[in-house]
Amino acid sequence: MFASTLVMALREIRRNMLRSVLTTLGIVIGVGAVIMLVTLGQGATEKVTADVAKMGVNMLTVVPGAERRGGASVGAAALTIEDARAIKNQLPSVATVAPSAGRGMLVVYANQNWSTTVTGATNDYFTVRDLKLDAGRVFNEIESQGGTPACILGPTVQKHLFGQQEPLGAALRVGQIACRVIGVTQAKGQNTFGMDQDDFVIIPLATFQRRILGSHDVGAISLSATSDAAIPKVKEQLALLMRERRKLPVGAPDDFSVRDMKEISDTLSSVTGALTALLGAVAAVSLVVGGIGIMNIMLVSVTERTREIGIRLAIGARAHEVLLQFLVEAVMLSLFGGIIGMVLGLAGSYAAGRALNFPFRVMPEIVVIAFAFSFVVGVAFGFFPARRAARLNPIDALRHE
Amino acid sequence: MTTGGTTGGPLIRLRGVFKVYGSGDSEVRALDGVDLTIERGEFVAVMGPSGSGKSTCMNVLGCLDRPTEGAYYFRGVNLAGTTLDKLALIRRHYLGFVFQGFNLLARTTALENVELPLVYRGLPASERRKLAIKALADVGLQGRELHTPAELSGGQQQRVAIARAMVTDPSLLLADEPTGNLDSSRKLEIMQLLRTLNQERDITIVVVTHERDVANFASRTVTFRDGRIEKDERGAAA
Ligand SMILES: Nc1ncnc2c1ncn2[C@@H]1O[C@H](COP(=O)(O)OP(=O)(O)OP(=O)(O)O)[C@@H](O)[C@H]1O
Ligand SMILES: [Mg+2]
Repeated sequence: MFASTLVMALREIRRNMLRSVLTTLGIVIGVGAVIMLVTLGQGATEKVTADVAKMGVNMLTVVPGAERRGGASVGAAALTIEDARAIKNQLPSVATVAPSAGRGMLVVYANQNWSTTVTGATNDYFTVRDLKLDAGRVFNEIESQGGTPACILGPTVQKHLFGQQEPLGAALRVGQIACRVIGVTQAKGQNTFGMDQDDFVIIPLATFQRRILGSHDVGAISLSATSDAAIPKVKEQLALLMRERRKLPVGAPDDFSVRDMKEISDTLSSVTGALTALLGAVAAVSLVVGGIGIMNIMLVSVTERTREIGIRLAIGARAHEVLLQFLVEAVMLSLFGGIIGMVLGLAGSYAAGRALNFPFRVMPEIVVIAFAFSFVVGVAFGFFPARRAARLNPIDALRHE
Repeated sequence: MTTGGTTGGPLIRLRGVFKVYGSGDSEVRALDGVDLTIERGEFVAVMGPSGSGKSTCMNVLGCLDRPTEGAYYFRGVNLAGTTLDKLALIRRHYLGFVFQGFNLLARTTALENVELPLVYRGLPASERRKLAIKALADVGLQGRELHTPAELSGGQQQRVAIARAMVTDPSLLLADEPTGNLDSSRKLEIMQLLRTLNQERDITIVVVTHERDVANFASRTVTFRDGRIEKDERGAAA
């Protein structure tokens, strides 16, 4: 009996092709959308977390000027190389200190030019910023002290100026300075805000100060703590030291600020968490919309189905046999739709993740929930109208309109 | 079988059967105290004006509907209080029904329509096919097996419905105006077919008709008026 019920259910699916397709589609949309949106949201969260880690989680940055919404303050004294030295010598939990200064400039190679950020930095900068070299080397002693000008390129600059050509050893003009390319860093890609993290040229800080800045100022001092746990303490000591060095009277506000990557990271995590929740809500709506679609199709076809059930009952079908057939039909459509939706949702989020550079992170519980919900809706709305009809006197089912 | 019916005695006995629709002022007594006994092997024509309760009575006989009041003995067993499921089994094993409005499954071939009652009887596919093809040939529809109702004329659909009702070789075949959509030569063919079924396969047949010449094929004519049996005449089969 079950075999012939299966055959009959399949025949029904084929006979009512449009209805079958629409039902399946409702489920595909519901399941697919949920899986895709949630998977993407999860990927985005992980991407942000990883990006922040790339910026260096246990890194602090001191910049001149009080922290203020809507731009830097004016008039605060610049930081100096001596500040960096004092931090290094006086704070115990500081591992590395990297003073740096930067400016937007035009760099030229042969007949190519490119506008980028030129940063003057020491070799410690690479450690603190977690910058690794793809080719070449860091600055040697002579270069670091402002001798022979040398520079290290970010991959974006290398790509625009050199294309397929070999950059190492080439002579690059940075403003008025002619310098030799000694290294290229590894690509980091875009950061969370969509900024290219590979678009820079680094030259020794001493060279930058003498030839470009004309002073001993530095724009920022980055430092890494010996451990994550030490960051709050370091931050506190750092503020005290800076106030002392800048001779701020008690009660006066700071005229510098300390940026903490961990704070930024926490903020970003909460933002992406909200994003995931939002995507989840959109997904839930699409699940409901898919469900309503299925409901509509089933309800619209109730008259036809009721009459059909009446016919089957009249020629000798028992109610439970008719119900089994409708149940099998609903289960098959829901399963089929669910599987297609799952495959499309996963494939879609994988493709979108590739395009947006997100990692692909499937949340199995979401897949299960989406699948189960659509399955229940599909089966319930295929099954319950049929159950009502099968409980009627055959003549009432036949007369249904 | 499931009904535990006897082999002797009349096939059908209705005693004081009422079917009432609505209540109060709008009450309609579609059947108003019907007593009717039909023996095995009879060929009965049911006549009467429109609205006199013929279809209602057929539905009760066909176990498609239940009387409001009264007793229906089928093969000696009173069906009052029988569950819907038991009634389904009676329909499956003993009854064939031809409806006034065909009631074929849409978008389903004639062959599949005729096979359907055999599916519920649990026959293997090859046997179903053989019997269905034969039944369709018996009603003159060879070559039309794979047509769907939409591709058949009203008369052809009627014949598919007849083939579906007789393919199971039922004890009782109920036909509600089976010739209503046929031209006169087809009409005679169908009635001859029913008579053959009645005489050679010993199928008890009850046919509703408005036409005297159709009723003449039967061995007995029952006439309804206002939900009651007005006349019950025997003999004079053509
Ligand atoms: N479902 C129903 N609800 C209310 N009244 C009904 C219903 N079915 C039938 N009736 C009424 O019962 C009466 C008998 O109807 P029935 O269909 O048995 O007549 P009939 O003799 O078959 O007529 P016809 O020759 O036109 O087919 C009619 O008055 C009809 O209006
Ligand atoms: Mg009628």
